[in-house]
Amino acid sequence: MERIRTFAVRHARAFEWVYVRFERALVAMDPLFRRIGYDRLERPVAAVEKLTKGLLFDCRMCGQCVLSSTGMSCPMNCPKTLRNGPCGGVRPGGFCEVKPQMRCVWVMAWEGAARMRGGGQISDVQPPVNRALEGSSSWLRVAREKAAMPGGPTDAPRDTIARAFPRARAHEPAAAPLAPEPLRASDRGVGR
Amino acid sequence: MTDDAPPPDFARWQPSYDTPPPGHVSGSRLERVLRQGHFAVTAELNPPDSADPADVFTAARPLAEVADAINATDASGANCHMSSIGISALLTRAGYGTVYQISCRDRNRIAIQGDVLGAAAMGVRNVLCLTGDGVGVGDQPGARPVFDLDSISLLRTIRTMRDDGVFLSGRRITSPPRMFLGAAENPCIAPLDWRPDRLAKKVEAGADFIQTNYIFDIPVFARFMARVRDLGLDRRVFILAGVGPLASGRAARWMRSNVPGIHIPDAVIDRLDRAADPGEEGKRLCIELIQQIRQIAGVSGVHVMAYRREHLVREIIAQSGVCRDRARA
Ligand code: SF4
Repeated sequence: MERIRTFAVRHARAFEWVYVRFERALVAMDPLFRRIGYDRLERPVAAVEKLTKGLLFDCRMCGQCVLSSTGMSCPMNCPKTLRNGPCGGVRPGGFCEVKPQMRCVWVMAWEGAARMRGGGQISDVQPPVNRALEGSSSWLRVAREKAAMPGGPTDAPRDTIARAFPRARAHEPAAAPLAPEPLRASDRGVGR
Repeated sequence: MTDDAPPPDFARWQPSYDTPPPGHVSGSRLERVLRQGHFAVTAELNPPDSADPADVFTAARPLAEVADAINATDASGANCHMSSIGISALLTRAGYGTVYQISCRDRNRIAIQGDVLGAAAMGVRNVLCLTGDGVGVGDQPGARPVFDLDSISLLRTIRTMRDDGVFLSGRRITSPPRMFLGAAENPCIAPLDWRPDRLAKKVEAGADFIQTNYIFDIPVFARFMARVRDLGLDRRVFILAGVGPLASGRAARWMRSNVPGIHIPDAVIDRLDRAADPGEEGKRLCIELIQQIRQIAGVSGVHVMAYRREHLVREIIAQSGVCRDRARA
């Protein structure tokens, strides 16, 4: 649904304004989330997140949302799922190499970023997606990561990614998470 | 091998894994030439559809005389040929410097990191990190595209292996791969305004050198380079501009509409169409482009992609006047 994404990118500045506040609320709710249990919240929150972000951003639920660093253009809609695009095949007028009728997700991302205050984050080097986290709630992950910002090593693979991609870790910690993952948030038992 | 053949003599192989000279990450010929401030030349090898090593050497010979490193493509355009790691292994054993190309289209992070170690063990010292064209343009469009990493996360991955001595999993690598890290850039295609920023991202991710796609539009490339200099990138990365001889106006039009990411201005195609000998004109144009590119501040060399016109490469380099003393740098 390119229409959805075009809208999101055009209004990237407004979405940024809303999200900054929404994220603050999420992080503030971390103690509550903890009391209820992140594991118990995982499925219902992921369902709401999928619906909302699906409608607003054509979200693909990678579980490691970086919309604030991609001009509000969801990179998982790039046919090559590039997290640091665009590729070298963009067609004249900014159309996609793989799907010529679609505008390049990453051309739109740079347009969106130019409208945002924190748009400079598009130059952060993003790590590869942890495919084991697909389908899980990125909102809850952000709350966990930003509330705790855990120091010290958790496990070697995640620690290595966080160190190798420091700017992504600083600005989009859900893309390089360190906090322990609840059981239901990962289908392969990472981070436990 | 017969039953009474002697056991293999591994010592004879003398696998020397040298430490690069000070100030170098790999010590490859390409890296030394560039760091010494020479104008470097790399050239792309047309990979054979064959299992015979002789075919690789035949293809490499016309390039070897002028190139500081030969690029071994990784199923470029999503067309299947001999693998880049196979070609690189053969060429390094024969004493040629290679640029081992890795595309993210066909292999995941597990395969790629393993291949990087394998390539380094075979003597490969330069690597080019690419996202790769979509499978749809190739000879087997039904294949499953992988794209587990992208060119930029791949750069950072290999840099982490090289400089921190660990895989992305955090596991130690006892002898890290000594690689001169390369990336591609495509200065003449959309989004033109953001291309220099994307280059900055590649440098940030770990690129030591850049090989660009074909440059046929000097004004656009010059604007790109001006912005690159403003960002100070020319001092942090070596940029090799991509060039190549076009065979005819028809071939150019075909490339423009069938190969992803190629921009050829109409004026160039007109010039070839009007020429009595389009092949000769294509060669002359390539020489002129190299001479103009050389005048642009911040360019450190050229990357010649002369697909099916490899026999012209030596002449092109000689006539463009970038040939320096080819004694071992
Ligand atoms: S053109 Fe853009 S959307 Fe299409 S594959 Fe390349 S980066 Fe992705």
